[in-house]
Amino acid sequence: MTAKELNLETEFQARIDRGESIEPKDWMPEKYRKTHIRQISQHAHSEVVGMLPEGNWITRAPNLRRKVGLLAKVQDEAGHGLYLYSAAETLGISRDEMFEQLHAGKAKYSSIFNYPTLSWADIGAIGWLVDGAAIINQVMLTRTSFGPYARAMVRICKEESFHQRQGYEIMIGLSQGTPEQKELAQDALNRFWWPSLMMFGPKDEESPNTEQSVKWKIKRKTNDELRQQFIDITIPQAEYLGLTVPDPALKWNEKRGHYDFGDIDWEEFWQVVKGNGPCNAERMAARNKAWDEGAWVRDAAMAYAEKKSARVESKVA
Amino acid sequence: MSESKEWPIWEVFIRSKNGLEHRHAGSLHAADAEMALENARDVYTRRQEGVSLWIVESKHIVASNPSDMGELFAPAADKVYRHPTFYDLPEELKHI
Repeated sequence: MTAKELNLETEFQARIDRGESIEPKDWMPEKYRKTHIRQISQHAHSEVVGMLPEGNWITRAPNLRRKVGLLAKVQDEAGHGLYLYSAAETLGISRDEMFEQLHAGKAKYSSIFNYPTLSWADIGAIGWLVDGAAIINQVMLTRTSFGPYARAMVRICKEESFHQRQGYEIMIGLSQGTPEQKELAQDALNRFWWPSLMMFGPKDEESPNTEQSVKWKIKRKTNDELRQQFIDITIPQAEYLGLTVPDPALKWNEKRGHYDFGDIDWEEFWQVVKGNGPCNAERMAARNKAWDEGAWVRDAAMAYAEKKSARVESKVA
Repeated sequence: MSESKEWPIWEVFIRSKNGLEHRHAGSLHAADAEMALENARDVYTRRQEGVSLWIVESKHIVASNPSDMGELFAPAADKVYRHPTFYDLPEELKHI
C-alpha cells in the first residue's frame, strides 16, 4: 500500500468513526466497496427469492382479507429488492450482473427461503418469525455507514412492520381456531423456529467478517447479539399464542436478563448455505425460468422505446 | 438468446403533498419515460407517499465531485456577514 492510500484509509476510518455517511462517489477502500456490493446484492436477492415461498399460497389464501394482505406483502418484497439493487448499483455493478450472479448460483441469498411452505400456517409463521428476524437486522442497518444502503433500509423498515403483523394475525387466527388449526400453527412454528434463528448467521466466533464489519459500521451489532434480541422479543409472543417453541433448553435466565436457548444445528445451516436445502434447486429453477422467459418482453420494451424515440427525432429533424 | 440491452436507470422525485418540494426517493430501471413513471407509481407511492412525481433519466443528472467539496463550498464558511446575527443592533430594538 502506498503512503497516499494509507492516508486515505486513515481518513476514511476517521470519517466512519465520526459517524459520517459514506456516499457512492466518495473515496472508499476497495474492500469496503466489494463487501457492500456482496452484502447489498445478497440482501436484494433474498427479497426477490423470498417472494417464491409466499407466492405459493396467494391463490389458496383462505379468504379475501388474507389474500389482499399477502398480495401486498409479496408486492412489497419486489419493491424492497428493487430499492436494494438500486443501492448496490451506485457502487458500479449493473443490475444484470447481479441477476447473472444469482441465476448462475454464484450469489447467496437468505437460506430461510430454501425451506418449503407446506401449509397456510407457514405464511403466518414466515410473517411473524422470518420478517420479525429480518426487522431486527434491518433496523440496525438503517444506521449503517453507507448512505444509499441506510436510506433503502429506512424505507424498507417502514413497510416491513405490516408484514410481521399480518403474519402474527394469521397465527392468532389459527391458534385460537379448531384443534386442527392450532396444530397447523404449532407445526409451522416447529419447522420455522430454528431456521429463523439461523437467519442471523454463524456464531460470532465463527464469523470472520464481523470484526471488520463492525469497524466500518456496516454492522452495529454482532450475529449473536441480534439473535438473542430476537429470541427475547419472540418468546412472549409465542406464549401469547399458546404455542410451544421447539427448544427444551429454552429458559429465562434471571441473572443474564435473557433467555438461554439450545444448540443450533450448524451442520444443517451449512448444508443449506451450500445448496443442499430442501428447496435450493427449486428456487433457482423458478428464478431462471422467470428471467429467461421474460427476456423477450424486456427486449421488446427496449426495442419499442428505441423506435419511439427515433420517430420523435425524425419528426423534429 | 439475443444480446439483451439493460433498461436505462431513472431517478424518482416525489412531492409528498401540495406546497412541498419534490424530493429524491430512489431510482429504477425502465425502457422509456412512460414506463418509468408507471413503475415509479407502483414502487414508490404504494402508500400515499405523494401527489406528484418527477422522473429524470439518471445520465442527465450532473453531480459535483466530493473531492471538489472544499473548492465549491468552503468559500461560504468565512462570510459571516451574510447572516443577520453579524450585525450589531441595540437589544431594546424590537421587530428587526
